[in-house]
Amino acid sequence: MGPETLEAKQKAAIEEILKAYPEKAAKNREKHLGVGSPNDENQKTCGDVRSNKKTVPGVMSQRGCAYAGSKGVVWGPVKDMIHISHGPIGCGQYSRAGRRNYYIGVTGVDTFVTMNFCSDFQENNIVFGGDKKLGLCIDEIETLFPLNNGITVQSECPIGLIGDDINAVAKTKAKEIGKTIVPVNCEGFRGVSQSLGHHIANDAVRDYIFEGDLSHIDISDVTPTEYDVAIIGDYNIGGDTWSSRILLEEMGLRVVAQWSGDATMKEMALTPKVKLNLLHCYRSMNYISRHMEKEFGIPWIEYNFFGPSQTIKSLRKIASFFDETIQAKCEEVIAKYQPMIDAVIAKYKPRLEGKQVMLFVGGLRPRHVIGAYEDLGMEVIGTGYEFAHDDDYKRTKEEIFRSTVIYDDVNEYELEAFVKKLQPDLVASGIKEKYVFQKMGLPYRQMHSWDYSGPYHGYDGFAIFAQDMDLAINSPVWAHSKAPWEKEG
Amino acid sequence: MQEVEKIVNGKDLFKRPEYQDVLANKKQFESSMLAINPAKVEEIAEWTKTWDYREKNLARESITVNPAKACQPLGAVMVALGFEGTMPYVHGSHGCVAYFRSYFTKHFKEPTPCVSDSMTEDAAVFGGLVNMKEGLKNCAAVYKPKMIAVSTTCMAEVIGDDLMAFIIAAKEEDKGEFLPAEYPIPFAHTPSFVGSHITGYDNMMHGIMSQLTEGNKGETKQRINIIPGFETYIGSLRSVKSIVEAFGTDYIMLGDHSDQWDMPAGNYEMFSGGTKLDDAKDCINSSATISLQKYSTSKTMKMVEKRWKHAGGHSNPIGLKGTDEFVMKLAELTGTEVPQKLKTERGRLVDAMQDSYPYMHGKKFAIWGDPDFLLGLVSFLLEMGAEPTHVLCHNAPNGWEAEMRALLDTSPAKDSLNVWAGKDLWHMRSLLFTEPVDFMIGNSYGKELMRDTGTPLIYIGFPIFDRHHLHRYSISGYDGALNLLTWITNKVLDQLDEDTKQIATTDYFFDLVR
Repeated sequence: MGPETLEAKQKAAIEEILKAYPEKAAKNREKHLGVGSPNDENQKTCGDVRSNKKTVPGVMSQRGCAYAGSKGVVWGPVKDMIHISHGPIGCGQYSRAGRRNYYIGVTGVDTFVTMNFCSDFQENNIVFGGDKKLGLCIDEIETLFPLNNGITVQSECPIGLIGDDINAVAKTKAKEIGKTIVPVNCEGFRGVSQSLGHHIANDAVRDYIFEGDLSHIDISDVTPTEYDVAIIGDYNIGGDTWSSRILLEEMGLRVVAQWSGDATMKEMALTPKVKLNLLHCYRSMNYISRHMEKEFGIPWIEYNFFGPSQTIKSLRKIASFFDETIQAKCEEVIAKYQPMIDAVIAKYKPRLEGKQVMLFVGGLRPRHVIGAYEDLGMEVIGTGYEFAHDDDYKRTKEEIFRSTVIYDDVNEYELEAFVKKLQPDLVASGIKEKYVFQKMGLPYRQMHSWDYSGPYHGYDGFAIFAQDMDLAINSPVWAHSKAPWEKEG
Repeated sequence: MQEVEKIVNGKDLFKRPEYQDVLANKKQFESSMLAINPAKVEEIAEWTKTWDYREKNLARESITVNPAKACQPLGAVMVALGFEGTMPYVHGSHGCVAYFRSYFTKHFKEPTPCVSDSMTEDAAVFGGLVNMKEGLKNCAAVYKPKMIAVSTTCMAEVIGDDLMAFIIAAKEEDKGEFLPAEYPIPFAHTPSFVGSHITGYDNMMHGIMSQLTEGNKGETKQRINIIPGFETYIGSLRSVKSIVEAFGTDYIMLGDHSDQWDMPAGNYEMFSGGTKLDDAKDCINSSATISLQKYSTSKTMKMVEKRWKHAGGHSNPIGLKGTDEFVMKLAELTGTEVPQKLKTERGRLVDAMQDSYPYMHGKKFAIWGDPDFLLGLVSFLLEMGAEPTHVLCHNAPNGWEAEMRALLDTSPAKDSLNVWAGKDLWHMRSLLFTEPVDFMIGNSYGKELMRDTGTPLIYIGFPIFDRHHLHRYSISGYDGALNLLTWITNKVLDQLDEDTKQIATTDYFFDLVR
């Protein structure tokens, strides 16, 4: 199929999909669906789609909320702090241990990531307010978990609605216990998706880590060096940060902090002293990276460790900020891994060449993984984000190499229709969509959590990625969908 | 570095020396308090295992740690998916719906349809009427459900949205183009700060039943309604149906999600199976209604008994005694003798219980879960001579603790058997360290307790994220009891092998025949 035919098919699919909606909803959704191409003259986004707007009511959006963005993504993985889900029981329970933010520590003693702490609001807390209860929660945490290094209070919907003042409680209690307590006003109804939660969480990092009283955090034993960097916006899903960090260390850099996968407060406190911030998930942590640039003069760059082509590009870009020693070592690292990568590609490319993929994820993956698929000879023919902004789509435009259907905040109905019409060989998206497509007999990979595999970052991660995509696409199970007694066609 | 002929994932990758170095390097930047050193961590870790810690832990009044309950709308979504072509519609922010869908999907490994009307800040100020009007219309147009079942989130409840008025307004808005006047849109208030997921189940079942049956009271039919309750075992629904069918009686299962969460591969249809809406409308004319879960259906059953005046009441068909009671209730309500098929099934179960009892007798168990589930499971454990040492119900409603206590008091070991109502799994951790048991029975959250305390976990409950297909089996009826017996006994045997497998030291007891 030539690119013209594909593009025509993609445009026809959009047109047909819109027909199911009542007029107002169709008008709205039309703005979020488009066909992007590398020759696209529109510089602002990809496929001219609009983003970061309210979801159409009554459809099955895959979006989450501000609480999910703050507690689930940014703050939750900080391992030596205790994150209180402040409000009723559900939010904390549903978000518990869902994101595979790997860490090393004694859970329940000095690390707490996979646990669920909740103030478990009852009706009387709604009527009379929950500030007093929050204070008592903090006291009990101090008694039972004395090795916590700090506490965050993650507001669920009712907190903002009933007008509780968690900021005042945090201030008073922080003084009392002599540790950092971070109030985060990330109520789920704020904003249109989890995206605002990332921003609110970033602001809280600024206010309570960088500008707060960190007298209980001792960073004096770490002397800064010329080669200090921080990894920002890597959540260590399945160990991603570790398989990234190893490359940076091999090229002679010193990673003093990683956020927020496997992070500690001390690492965060050390960050304003680094020479360069390395930003992986632009969407969730560009705010704090910009802040550090403005306030502390730390430059930040985006990098992409998915697939060897992008990894090599990124390693060189990172090295270019440092002296020739680092640059030389960077080339050594690239050369060291090249034979392994060549072998991986030689093994898997023949099995995957020409296979078409449709993506729908959050954060950075709808654009960052395109290169990794291409390294395996695969083609991404559709992509979109749950909660992106225009600048994400602008960055996406730079990654696509052919006509690609672009869908912003695509809902279950639309994604299913796109898949049926464009018939990709693989769908790569989230847990909620997984079984819809598998039931159709379509190979599927869950690209929020690497489907309980991973890591996918870095060179070692790419080998796993390649193996997993092969496993998905070439599994014999898909051939069983149709019974032998069913007629062909 | 990976080797192409043997690519490994994180499980083995990070054990390699180069990654151990990475983790060791990282350590120097990690610890932020001088007080925290490995010895201190060890000291505190040991302290958490003591009676002193237990006392402080049990004295907790405010913070909940590792709960064993979820919130109301989750139960409401389950009810909706048990009815033919019904879309669960959650009035509130879409974040909640993303969570409900993920939670069920991770447990069942099945798609879970559910929409929300995506309320945001402006709805918080002005109310959610606009979202509701537009949302219902879009939902009807895009997914074409036969019914939309509306429940609420804490957001909608705190701002006090008037569901009935909103739904009427939505129907008037488009002059019936998408939502004709007779289109069924039952609703329930399901604030997350009241009760738990079983309360939401009850509220939504009550909402659907009361709305669909309104004005349909007519001649009473010889027919039995069955309400399964918050039942996550698909096989249990099928077992119960097969028992009722054995009596040859006409019946309606109200809220039958067994096909929805067990769709065959092939063509994906958003809705599958469920109680026929015509049946649901007519269920008021059945002669009896039996609820299989007393605490998950208390409000609904009050209506059934007071307003519908149905016979039936509660019957919890888990374990031998529970199933016997259910079977006898059906015999009584239908005036039929117990069918031979069930007599045979019962005989086979008892035979199996007599084969396996030595391995369960006297074994101490810790168990947690929903109130009705626990009454059934504990009853079965007692039938086998086992000792449920710790029975923990985080979402225990009024009356449950006394009922469970009375059940445990039937055991000769009653003095060492404890009921823990309203406690969470961090409490359970202390209980397990101070008063250890042989086995735990519970959901996936138990695996952390297993890691910390070394107590083997038998996966029975909800949610189960990290084991596959258990929910496809039954835990109800005689066949369900046989499943329970099989899972528990074989775990005991697995553990026996585990404990005796050391070559030339303990393996004299590593028997080939048990």
